[in-house]
Amino acid sequence: MSRFMSQLEGNYISQQVYTPVIQVNELTRKFGSYIAVDRVSLTVRERDIFGFLGPNGSGKTTLIRMLCGILRPTSGEAKVMGYNVVQESEEVKRSIGYMSQQFSLYSDLTVLENINFYARIYGIPRRQRKERIDEVVNIVEMKPYLNQLSGALSGGWKQRLALACALVHKPKLLFLDEPTAGIDPVARRDLWNLLFDLSARGTTFFVTTHYMDEAERCSHLGYIYFSKLIAYGSPEELKKMADVTPQGYVRYEIRIDRLTEAMRELLRMSFVRDATMFSDVIHILIEQGREEELQHTIQKKGFYLQSLRAVPPTLEDVFVTLTRSFKR
Amino acid sequence: MFQGFFAIVYKETRHIVRDPRSLFLMLVIPSIELTIFGFAVNLDIKNIQTGILNQDKKIESRNLVDQFVNSGYFDIIKIFNNEEEMATAMRRGDIRVGIHIPPYYTDRILKNEHVSVQILIDGSDSTVAMQALNVSNAIGLRASIKILSKTKSLPSQFPIDMRPRVLFNPDMRTANFMIPGLCGVILQVVIMLLTSFAIVREKEQKTLEQLVVTPVSRFGLMLGKLVPFLGVGICETASVLFLMRFLFQVPIAGSVLLLAFFAGIFLFTTLGMGLLVSTFAQNQIQALQISFLILLPSFLLSGFMFPQETMPRVIYWFGQIVPATYFIRILRGIILRNAGFWDLWHNGAILGVMGIVIIYIASFRFHKTIG
Repeated sequence: MSRFMSQLEGNYISQQVYTPVIQVNELTRKFGSYIAVDRVSLTVRERDIFGFLGPNGSGKTTLIRMLCGILRPTSGEAKVMGYNVVQESEEVKRSIGYMSQQFSLYSDLTVLENINFYARIYGIPRRQRKERIDEVVNIVEMKPYLNQLSGALSGGWKQRLALACALVHKPKLLFLDEPTAGIDPVARRDLWNLLFDLSARGTTFFVTTHYMDEAERCSHLGYIYFSKLIAYGSPEELKKMADVTPQGYVRYEIRIDRLTEAMRELLRMSFVRDATMFSDVIHILIEQGREEELQHTIQKKGFYLQSLRAVPPTLEDVFVTLTRSFKR
Repeated sequence: MFQGFFAIVYKETRHIVRDPRSLFLMLVIPSIELTIFGFAVNLDIKNIQTGILNQDKKIESRNLVDQFVNSGYFDIIKIFNNEEEMATAMRRGDIRVGIHIPPYYTDRILKNEHVSVQILIDGSDSTVAMQALNVSNAIGLRASIKILSKTKSLPSQFPIDMRPRVLFNPDMRTANFMIPGLCGVILQVVIMLLTSFAIVREKEQKTLEQLVVTPVSRFGLMLGKLVPFLGVGICETASVLFLMRFLFQVPIAGSVLLLAFFAGIFLFTTLGMGLLVSTFAQNQIQALQISFLILLPSFLLSGFMFPQETMPRVIYWFGQIVPATYFIRILRGIILRNAGFWDLWHNGAILGVMGIVIIYIASFRFHKTIG
């Protein structure tokens, strides 16, 4: 695994011309004997949209909390916006924005009162405050809602308000912890378009998500599993990883009837290394040159094979395969 | 009709077992409280704090003092040299009863002459005052009869005349005694609850999570949360005292300004307690449960309802760690006995020190929660 990672990192660095915004080196955090984050190293550069993925409880939030300067690492080092997260945590807090998955603003204050409160917390001088507030209100397009109680907003608008509060001090770097969890698809798309806008204007994002379509939109990805960063690179680089499609194997997409039963049969075949079910298709990884045998066997078992075609791995394939091989 | 009854019973039982904190509150706390308060709740007034000014010091006067002690109702805790000292002690609330034996006491007794002993009684606590009144009269009567039984001639009046004088609250109006105490207890409970709720709410609604990633300083956050509640507390104190004075007609004998000064110290301590409670509670229900634990001792051990001197030693010391104890003493001192700053300063000092210690522990714990 580490062989691939270092190889990837080599490519990654050579492609980049931007300066690093986050530099993490062998960062570890233990809670008692439990290791929540295990020697994670990564770099996020200016204007990246860095997608940080991993199952619940794998250490995502712990890493973010360390990068935000509110949790001390057990060992290792991290610099955010050039500041050390331990010694210069106050500077780190001043220069970043943070938005969590849960609505964490005051629902009994109005939209404007919430933004104004955060403008003051971040110490924006009175003279600039109004201008800054107007600016973020325009960015999130919330002018019509200014005097509404924020508790009465819908999920998508709540997240926009949270974004406005996180942006009010013009941070160059934003941490978003599952920003789209629990909001409807349209609001999700709108929010992402907003993030792209901001990214184009020079903001860097560190965002966690469980959605694969969101991961596809990120410029770079990190995948953390059981406290370890097991994949790291751009979506394209991850799909090309040797671990995802080992030498001598091909990935096929099968359209077939009775999916669940078909899955069971497929996994029984000796030349099938892996099979993953999606909503209406199955992705399988089989030994090269065994395609005919596969078709033959399927039909002999009485399944109706609609189509069989070679496909590049999707991100979901990447993470499923990596997770399985890590478990082995 | 009873569909799902057993399922609900089973589920509810699991909830109870899974939540050890509530289980503790349900099973252990009531027993502890009953034990403590059972000893505290006592209206048989004994051990009334008593001071003696004995200007006679001869045999008969010592006999009289012994009779007071032996009755079991009086606990002689101070000996005075002049009336001035005794008056001060009473104003400070150190003694509830002062026995003043005149210089010629023994001589007059021996000469079979009439003598009067002055009993000064602090009327602020009407129950204690009434008891002191009755018992000292009885002691006077007994001593007189003893003397009379030895003499042959029958004088026109009893040889020993107990002259009780009820100082402060001479009508022994219960309201004058109870309502200042009630003000103290109510203020403590309400302000503590409000403060702890306001802080716990930030935890409960996760707004604290957002705040900690901002450059807000820890002291800025803590003091910023406390100051508005100091304002609320001041308004509340004023309104409660206003009602006491004008609705319940309790006259304020002492200085209102001094009252305000001590109330400020008390508010500081109470806000600290609210902060402390908030560091233990994860949500408002827990804050309420913890506050309830503090509420009962404030009512029962603070001297608000039951005189502290009758409580067993251990329970008495429990009462001494309740801030309401000192504030109630201050309130009664100023309102009923016209006590001045120097009569009460030690109560204020203890409250202040308590406040500082509580705030220190609370802010330490508070910093740990948000960090």
